[in-house]
Amino acid sequence: MFLETIFIAMREIRRNVMRSSLTILGIVIGVAAVITMVTVGDGATRQVASEISSLGSNMLDVRPGQSFRGPGGTRSGAPMFKIADAEAIERDIGGLAGVAPITGKSVQAIYGNENWSTNITGSTNSFLQVRNWALSGGRQFTDGELRSGAAVCIIGATIRKQLFGEQDPVGRTIRLEKISCQVIGELKSKGQSGFGTDQDDFVLMPLRTVQRRIVGKNDIFSISVSAKDGISTERVKEDIERLLRERRHLGKKEDDDFNVRDMQEIVKTLTGTTRLLTGLLGAVAAVSLLVGGIGIMNIMLVSVTERTREIGIRLAIGAMEKQVLMQFLIEAVVLSCFGGIIGIILGIAAAAAGASALKVPLILNIGIIIIAFVFSAAVGVVFGFFPARKAALLDPIEALRHE
Amino acid sequence: MIAPASGIGDMNPVIELDGVTRVYGTGTAAVSALQGIDLRIDHGDFVAVMGPSGSGKSTCMNILGCLDTPSSGTYRFKGVEVGKLSRDQRALLRRHYLGFVFQGFNLLNRTSALENVELPLIYRGTPATERREMARKALAAVGLNGWETHTPAELSGGQQQRVAIARAIVASPEVLFADEPTGNLDSARSREIMELMTVFNRDLGITIVMVTHDAVMAAYARRIVRFMDGIIDKEEKNGGAE
Repeated sequence: MFLETIFIAMREIRRNVMRSSLTILGIVIGVAAVITMVTVGDGATRQVASEISSLGSNMLDVRPGQSFRGPGGTRSGAPMFKIADAEAIERDIGGLAGVAPITGKSVQAIYGNENWSTNITGSTNSFLQVRNWALSGGRQFTDGELRSGAAVCIIGATIRKQLFGEQDPVGRTIRLEKISCQVIGELKSKGQSGFGTDQDDFVLMPLRTVQRRIVGKNDIFSISVSAKDGISTERVKEDIERLLRERRHLGKKEDDDFNVRDMQEIVKTLTGTTRLLTGLLGAVAAVSLLVGGIGIMNIMLVSVTERTREIGIRLAIGAMEKQVLMQFLIEAVVLSCFGGIIGIILGIAAAAAGASALKVPLILNIGIIIIAFVFSAAVGVVFGFFPARKAALLDPIEALRHE
Repeated sequence: MIAPASGIGDMNPVIELDGVTRVYGTGTAAVSALQGIDLRIDHGDFVAVMGPSGSGKSTCMNILGCLDTPSSGTYRFKGVEVGKLSRDQRALLRRHYLGFVFQGFNLLNRTSALENVELPLIYRGTPATERREMARKALAAVGLNGWETHTPAELSGGQQQRVAIARAIVASPEVLFADEPTGNLDSARSREIMELMTVFNRDLGITIVMVTHDAVMAAYARRIVRFMDGIIDKEEKNGGAE
């Protein structure tokens, strides 16, 4: 009997294809919107997380100044670090894989007729390790070069492309400010960062070379530290903070005049933000699913009124209340499930298009697809029930008289 | 007479009304449509119900057809007191024992003749192949061979009413209720319908209760019951126009 009722409901839907498809439009759009939003949002979250972890996922950045004010933010006159601070961190704190003191300046790089505005980063070989850089050619600095402040450099992929094109840069000499500098290595490309900056646009030189011959000061701008695998970055962060407070003679009540940024924390914050946005967009989309449900109820109510006489005939012929109820309920549920399926297909297609347009990975979340489908079926039950009940409770005599 | 459709004692009345009243509304607005009806209809009978508009004959038909219940008095269908049944129980009773033919045909639109005839069998849970076969036979019995796939809009009035009759008799009901079955048809078409009903009454033993305004149609019945102002005014035997 149940199968027969489904059969009757399906026949009714087939009989009115135009109205049925308009009815499910709301559900289709709702489900498609939820799936698109959540899928693209998941992709964006994954994208941000993977870009940040390409910086070095267990990396900490130590800078003078109270807190992070974004790239180029002022550092409120706090004293700069000295090389001794980096050495103290390396010596006194356990569980570190590398410590890289960093200084830098923006300069013009010139090779032959080519000219490119870029940044110099002065550091040690630890920089490569801490920041997860690999060389695509040439070699790292030698201890001698680091100690003596030799005019040698390792260049990023952007500089290589801008200055050398297809030529091999290793062994050639470029001009940076007033000094000529031999290229000893080139870095593998990392591409754009999660913040939209070109990570490959810099020249790495020995710290001492930059301090003495380019910046002219012994300050260092920041210290990048990487923890060994399995070592908690939070613990390392606390240790560094304690050590630096001591070295900078900060009293108990004074605030830190430096800050330690834990990359994992930033990953968490950023992915948390994108997740929140995804959730919000998904919620907005879910509201449209609800609106779709109201659309179904509206059409089903119209349909019950329009088919009053048919209901009268069915009741007179011997249909029981629950059979009429089931017929209309199943009609609503079949409609909303159809809407759900079409919405899922459209949603996946839209998500694929959106993901490729925004250049984020396409991550299909089976859970959300199932939830969207179940929800659309539930919408059919909830919003189909009232019209179905109205149909089932019709008086057959009145219904038969209905014009 | 061929074996009846259903067989609890042919001698017992199928329909028994005792002092049946039907009051619409309450208090001062109450209107009494039936004011005490006593009626017996035996198995295999063919009764024409006549009377002017407002005489209570439609109200009485609704009660007889188990679509409505009496306000007081008792209605027994095959010995079962209908007034005490629930809505769903009355639906089951209609499903298994009653067939209906209406003045306005009341077929499902955009639905083929065959599917219209199948409808009562669907609610009876008859398997699809058997259902189709029975519906085909019923359509053949009303002379609509070859019209199975036509929808009501593609059929003439007389053909539509024949589909309705096929639908009413497809499940071999005990009683067929016809409410002015020829009211929308011309006299030639009306005669065809009446002849079909006579055949089903005589050959299949289906008890028929028919409301009509038309004395010519009433003449096909064995018995005529005349209503007037909510009571039965007169009952008369008919010679039968067969």
